[in-house]
Order: sequence, then C-alpha cells, then structure tokens
Amino acid sequence: MLGSFDAVLLARIQFAFTVSFHFLFPAFTIGLASYLAVLNGLWLWTRDHQYLDLFRYWVKIFALAFAMGVVSGIVMSYQFGTNWSVFSDKAGPVIGAPMAYEVLSAFFLEAGFLGIMLFGRERVGPTLHMIACIAVAGGTAMSAFWILSVNSWMHTPAGFEIDLETGQFLPTDFWQVIFNPSFPYRLMHTVTAAYLTTAFIVGGVGASHLLRRRRLSEPASASTRTMFSMAMWMAVVVAPVQIFLGDLHGLNTLEHQPAKVMAMEGHYESHPDGAPLYLFGIPNDEAQRLDYAIGIPNLSSLILKHDLAAPLDGLDTIPDDEQPPTFIVFWSFRVMVAIGFAMLALGLWSLWARVRGNLYSAHWLHRAAVVMAPSGLVAVLAGWITTEVGRQPYTVYGLLRTVDSAAPLDAAAVGSSLVAFVVVYFAVFGAGTYYILRLMSRPPVFDEPRLQDVAPGPIRTAGITPAPEEAVRRADDRKGGA
Amino acid sequence: MPLADGVSFDLTVVWAFLIAFAVLVYVILDGFDLGLGMLFAAERHRGDRDVMMNSVAPVWDGNETWLVLGGGGLFAAFPLAYSLVLPALYAPIIAMLLALIFRGVAFEFRWRTERWRGVWDFAFIFGSGTAALAQGIALGGLLQGIEVDKAARAYAGGWWDWLTPFSLTVGLALMVGYMLLGATWLVMKTTGDLQERMRRRAWLFGIATVGFIGIVSLWTPFLQEGYYSRWFRGWGILLAGLVGLSVLALATLMFRALTVHRHDYWPFVLALAMFTLCFIGLGISMFPYIVPVGVTIWEAAAPRNAQLFMLVGAGILIPIILAYTGYAYWVFRGKIDPDTGYH
Repeated sequence: MLGSFDAVLLARIQFAFTVSFHFLFPAFTIGLASYLAVLNGLWLWTRDHQYLDLFRYWVKIFALAFAMGVVSGIVMSYQFGTNWSVFSDKAGPVIGAPMAYEVLSAFFLEAGFLGIMLFGRERVGPTLHMIACIAVAGGTAMSAFWILSVNSWMHTPAGFEIDLETGQFLPTDFWQVIFNPSFPYRLMHTVTAAYLTTAFIVGGVGASHLLRRRRLSEPASASTRTMFSMAMWMAVVVAPVQIFLGDLHGLNTLEHQPAKVMAMEGHYESHPDGAPLYLFGIPNDEAQRLDYAIGIPNLSSLILKHDLAAPLDGLDTIPDDEQPPTFIVFWSFRVMVAIGFAMLALGLWSLWARVRGNLYSAHWLHRAAVVMAPSGLVAVLAGWITTEVGRQPYTVYGLLRTVDSAAPLDAAAVGSSLVAFVVVYFAVFGAGTYYILRLMSRPPVFDEPRLQDVAPGPIRTAGITPAPEEAVRRADDRKGGA
Repeated sequence: MPLADGVSFDLTVVWAFLIAFAVLVYVILDGFDLGLGMLFAAERHRGDRDVMMNSVAPVWDGNETWLVLGGGGLFAAFPLAYSLVLPALYAPIIAMLLALIFRGVAFEFRWRTERWRGVWDFAFIFGSGTAALAQGIALGGLLQGIEVDKAARAYAGGWWDWLTPFSLTVGLALMVGYMLLGATWLVMKTTGDLQERMRRRAWLFGIATVGFIGIVSLWTPFLQEGYYSRWFRGWGILLAGLVGLSVLALATLMFRALTVHRHDYWPFVLALAMFTLCFIGLGISMFPYIVPVGVTIWEAAAPRNAQLFMLVGAGILIPIILAYTGYAYWVFRGKIDPDTGYH
C-alpha cells in the first residue's frame, strides 16, 4: 500500500486535472454568453439578419460547451469534500458562504434561463428571450465573481480568526472575506481572459471560413466577415487592457505573496542593486539557482518596482519548505505572458489590415488567427498553473498546508477515482470537443438553422452537413455578398 | 440569536430545513428526469426517445443545480458534516458524479451524431441508472450510520462501509421510485401509444415503489436504537401509523388517477406527494442528527455570523429562484409535439 503522502499527491493531481478540464469550458462560455447576448441585442436593434444567423450558429456551440461545463462543475463542488475534507472542515465556515451565494445567485440564474435562451424564442417573445440571454450571461459573470472571491481568499486570506480548539477559520467580517486583497485584480484579470479566449476562438473560426471561401474563390458570407471583424476589435481593445491588468495583478501578488513572484521571475538570489528580467532559464530548486539564465539586467526591478535600481529579495530569503516548485511557476508564467503579447500583436496586425482595407483578404492574418484560436485556453491554463502552483505548499496561503488539507483517504481509493476521471474526461469531453469542432467547421449560413432544427431527423436537414449551403450562397449573392 | 427584541430563533435548525428542502427539491426534480433516463432503455423507437428527451431538455440543468445547492449548502452551513460524509461515501459519490457526466452530455451529444447516437443513448440510460443507484446507496449508507472520530473531526470507518444489504436495497428502491416519477411525468407530457405504455409502467413501478417503501421503512428502525425509539415507542407508533396510512392513501389515489380516471397530471402530482412524505419520514428518523448517529446539526454547524450572512441571501434568492424556475416550467408546459421538439 502506498503511503499517506502519495494519497495527497494523487488527490492534488486529481484536483489539478479535474479543475483544469473544467475551467476550459467556463473560460469559453463566460465570454460566449456575453457575445450571444450582444448578437441577440444587435439582431433586435438592427433587424440585420446576419446577427440572428450568428446567434443561431454560436448558440449550438454554446449549448455543448455549457453542458460540459455544468457536468464537470458538479464534480468540483463535491471534490472539496471527497478529497479535501480537512480543508473543507477548516475553511468551510469562511468560504462556504460565498460558494453558497454562487449557487444561489449564479448557477440557478444560468440554468433557469438557459432553456428559454436555447429553445424559447418563439414561446416567450423577443423581450423575454433577450432577458433570458442577459440572465445567462449575467449568471456566468456572477459565478466568476463568487468563485474567484473564494479562490482569492485562499491566496490572500482576510476577515477571519482561527478557532484554537478546532483549527477552523471563523469569519469575522464577510466584506473583508469577499473583497480580500487579491480579489479585485484576480477577478478583472480572469474575466478579461475569458473574453479574450472567446474572442480568439470566434476570430479563429471566422478566419478559417474566410480562408476556405478564398480557396473556393467565393465571397464569404456577411456573417462570417462580421464575426471575424468583431473578434479582431476585441483583440485590439482587450489585449492591451489585459496586459495592463496582468501587471497590476503581478504587483498585488508581489505585495502579498512575494515567494510566488520570486518563482515566476526565477529569482533565487536577492538583488540589492536591481534584479534582471530572465527571459530563459532552467530553474534548479535543489541547487537553488537558475541554470542557463538569459536575462536583461535591472528590467525586473523596473517592471515590479518602477525603478531600475530597486532591490528585490529572492528565494534565498524564503525557507526551503515554504517555496513553491519554481520550474512550473517560472515556465507557465512565461507561456502566459508570451501568448498575451502574441494576442496584442495579432490585434495590432488586424488594425493595420483594417486601416489598409484588406481585413477580409489578408490571408496571412487569417492564418495567424486560426493558429491563435486556442491560444486563450492555453494562456488561461498557464495563468492558473502559475498562480495555484505558486501558492504551494499551502492551500490557505501561509496558514494551512496542502499536506494538512487532504481527506484521510487511502491512496488506492484516490488513485482509482483519478484513473476513472481521466478516462471519462478524455472520452466524454474529447467527443464533445470533436462535436464542437465539427460545428465550427461549417460556416454560418443565411437563415442559419435553429438549435431545434439541427437534430438529424428523417425530414429535417442535419445541421452538421453543409447541405443547405448552395441555397444560402445564392441568397447571399442576391444580397451582394456583403 | 436575538434578531429583535423578544424574537429569536435557532439558525442551525433553519439551515437544516433549508438543506433538507434543497435535497427534496433535487430528489423530486432530478428524480423524474433520471427515471426518464432509465425508462429510455425500454423505448427502442427513435421518435419516442426524441420526445422523451425533449420533455426534459429545457429543465434538466436547473434540476441538477439543486444537487449543487444541497452539496454546496451542506459545505457552507455544516462544513463538518460535509467533510465527514463525503469521504465516508467516497465510492458512491464518485460513481454518481461520473454517471451524471455521461447522462448530462448525452442531452447535447445525441443530436450531434448519427453514427454514435446509440452510444449516447446508452450513456444516458446507464448514467441515469447509475446515478440513481449511487444516490440511493449514499442515502442508505448515511442512514445506517457513519463511524466518526469526533476528537479528530474525521471519518473513522473503512472504504467499503457503505456497502451493505440495506444500502443496496435503498439504492434499488430509489431507482424504482425515480422510474415511477419518470413514468408519471411522461404520462403528463406525452400522448398516444407512448403515454399508454407509460401508464402501464407507472402502475408497475408504483406497486414496486410502495413495496420498497414498506421494506425500507420497516428495516430502518432496526438499524439504530434511536430510530427504533422514535418510531416504535410512545407517541411514535401513532406517528408511524399516520405516515404509513398516508403513503397508502396517496398510493391508492395515484393508482386510481392512473387507471380509473385516466388522468394526465394527477399521477405525477401524487407520486411527488408520496416522495415528499417519505422524505419527511426520513427527516423524522434522522433529526437532530446530520451524520447518524454521532454528530448533531448543532455540532456540525457553521458559526452563526456565517449562517446569518447566508440566510439573508437564501431568504431573498430562493423565492426568486422558485419563481423563475416555475416560470421556465410554465413556458415549456403542455404535451410534447413529436414534430416540433425543442431540439
């Protein structure tokens, strides 16, 4: 039988696996829900049919992604208890309440109005249908608010006292619990990331159809152009905002979790006269040094302290048993930042193409957009890995160690459930991703079929086959292809 | 806690009722759609399956959210109970979560593929059945008692403690009961041959449900001395008789509504009433223990300021949730038209 440490390690792997998989779906659906609300609003406001087509196109994808987010999310709400029961007992009095608020104010809102949003347009009329769209989008944002508050509390705990008898955290001030020091930054950074993630997926899908039409020497439909254009506007506007917010979040982390920033920067040594910004290096925790380091002198001090000569402490000021594993934090942080700047670059490129008037024919731009389509998902995961691994070896930073948080489980029990989760997630969500990609591979068409219509049936046309495209193209051509 | 002069109530009891309410709503709402999933197995005809699925497609997600409220509420209001019960029921809980994944995605996936539709139909049936069985086993595992090390605030039993003839029986009972709910739901939502078959199934599963209620009710008092004295000593006998007779009366009314009056929605309503009554009986058995037989609701409760903070939100939001959930059901009321399903 494996020792108790192995049970904790397996539980950590299981949590990392299930939460990473889960978060891919909300990262996409938070933005997509808002995008759908905007599209529906534009349709009602302008009565321009392309917005309705885009709504119907993306709502099918949304329904799939949302269902996967729901079922993988239920797992999360129980995993605290099954695998991390000591953490649940101790932190429950504090973080339980915000989580209950998440269920009451967000999950029910999403779920209650989802049916109306997906299937109810004809039944409830345009106004109530619009309200349902807004309720679903609002619910996803509300969900982000509460769960990020809880997560932030684990990074920067506030508004509590510790019961010496039971070891429980007891709330003293819920305002401080919810609006704990890192929460505003984490909330803005994460929600913005979700919007960017969606923008790049929408942009990538739009670009792929622009490229395909070009190969067929046919004009792209108006809705295809619109989705690409809208996504690129998001990239231009939101990517720089996100870099700014990320910087603020980093400064906040420096204040409250300096060891995490040291690991992100690869600063094993203290730099009393200004610290370099390492672009590359292989962190070596054992020797406590950064191997093969390539860095720009003093730049890290400039970024973090806005002063080239500002001293920065290194991990040599942190006891070994309080350091996060540097390699993962260092590299995941670099992946996230690199993608952030690549997003900015693509946004600027699209702006340049727009100014030159070839936004819809700049095929290298479109190819880049296709490549960048999943970049938001990668960046979001890399960012979460940075912040969560950077919090180690604690679950509640500085107060409750990860090894002391786990349920008194047998390694065999955690190991077998881990295997089951891995197999089921890859099979089920792999299939779901395949269905999403198949929906995406078909361009939006004029008079796009509704969600109700896409069931492959004896009479109705299968939504997954491009059968009605011929008719659609003719319809589009009549409109002048614009 | 005194809220105003002369007014005071026990927030812990309020929260125990709220969690129980969330679980009850979950059981009756997801109960019928899990039952419907199991009934899928016997309906081979494609059109019938489409109609069945369409009857719950707009509401299943909301139904399942009550499970999250039950779990999340337990975590928030009774963190110790949450951290004792979930490790104790580890295997059935994990099985339920995995099963819910399969049946949840089936709602969307089966419309996206022709070739693999059978696979997702199977996932729907198998997932629904496994989730129902696992929930029943979990309930049985909780009722029969969980071994707790109170000093360590930890579960002290083994990993297979939940597996007993009693918990398996409760598991089967819940499967059968859910199928009764599913069949009566479909009597309400469908027409023609499908409705006729569901009437017959409802009758069959109705008989089986009453039988299982009898078995579990008679078995439970012998699990723990506390249950026995509650039901079989003093006024308890009267209470037991009353509950038993009420169940029988409701069952009789339901059978009459099904066959004699051939009513469409009364069988469903009466089946829900039967479930509610059983649930109340369960509550009478367990109260004031939240982790039988060692931990009471007061021992497991979150501090009062946390309870009060959550109660403000729950008091405002739960009525709103019930209102718009009811509205969503109202929007999709009536019979399912086989030609214009939601999907």
